[in-house]
Amino acid sequence: MAKKILQVVETAYRATLEEQDDTVVWITHAMKGSGGDLHLLLRGNAVNYACKGQDASGLAFGEKKQTQPPRIADDVAGLIGKGVEVYIVEEDIAERGLERGDLISGLKPVERAGLPKLFASYDQVWHW
Amino acid sequence: MADRKTLTFALMDPPYENARTTTALRLIDIAVRRGFDVNVFAYEGAVNVPFAKQAPHANAVHGRDVGEEDHPNPKDWVAALFKEAEKRGSKIDWVQCGLCVDERGATEWVPGPRRGSPADLVKFAESSDNTLVIPTK
Repeated sequence: MAKKILQVVETAYRATLEEQDDTVVWITHAMKGSGGDLHLLLRGNAVNYACKGQDASGLAFGEKKQTQPPRIADDVAGLIGKGVEVYIVEEDIAERGLERGDLISGLKPVERAGLPKLFASYDQVWHW
Repeated sequence: MADRKTLTFALMDPPYENARTTTALRLIDIAVRRGFDVNVFAYEGAVNVPFAKQAPHANAVHGRDVGEEDHPNPKDWVAALFKEAEKRGSKIDWVQCGLCVDERGATEWVPGPRRGSPADLVKFAESSDNTLVIPTK
């Protein structure tokens, strides 16, 4: 049985315009597709990845336009659709003035105090 | 040795930007010296760590020419790690994320690393005793 791995994403918007996605969300998709048993925890500024209504379109330098901006909330929703459990830290949501209605559906809220128990339920925790 | 353990490191930082790269290579070095086999998955900017065209330079501020400066290039550290592993009978399997290589044009490396994909990181994690992610912050 594959090791159960929790990907903790804390650093947010790391070259997402150049990459057209978040690199950790992307590699989670790729590794899941390769048979990995990976799940995701959004914490810190990365909780904003779950926010609906993000719009990174419109970037242009001279005549060079970016036609495929990152759609990170859609990418996170895609993980949920693949059976990836996506946890999100409740306090980090509240501290940024976000409300549950601002976020995509299917997330699993977790309190900070519940993180040790969550971590203990995984074989490995990778902090990005 | 029959009970040899394996560690996997996932690196993300480019060279010459912060101390994490040096720290990661030091961890790999000590792991090899202590008889571990080591897997490395170089992701994003880390694919430039073994980039073959890194070149040493003189340093006028130090008042030294290129020979005196003996400027360290991370590619040489990577090459040295492979040599150290060979000397000690350990194995380093260093995979360069292929898409990350392509987007940076970083296709030339010192001998040792090979091209791969996130599927290799899955295999590494499954076959290792533990995995340490050292991400860009």
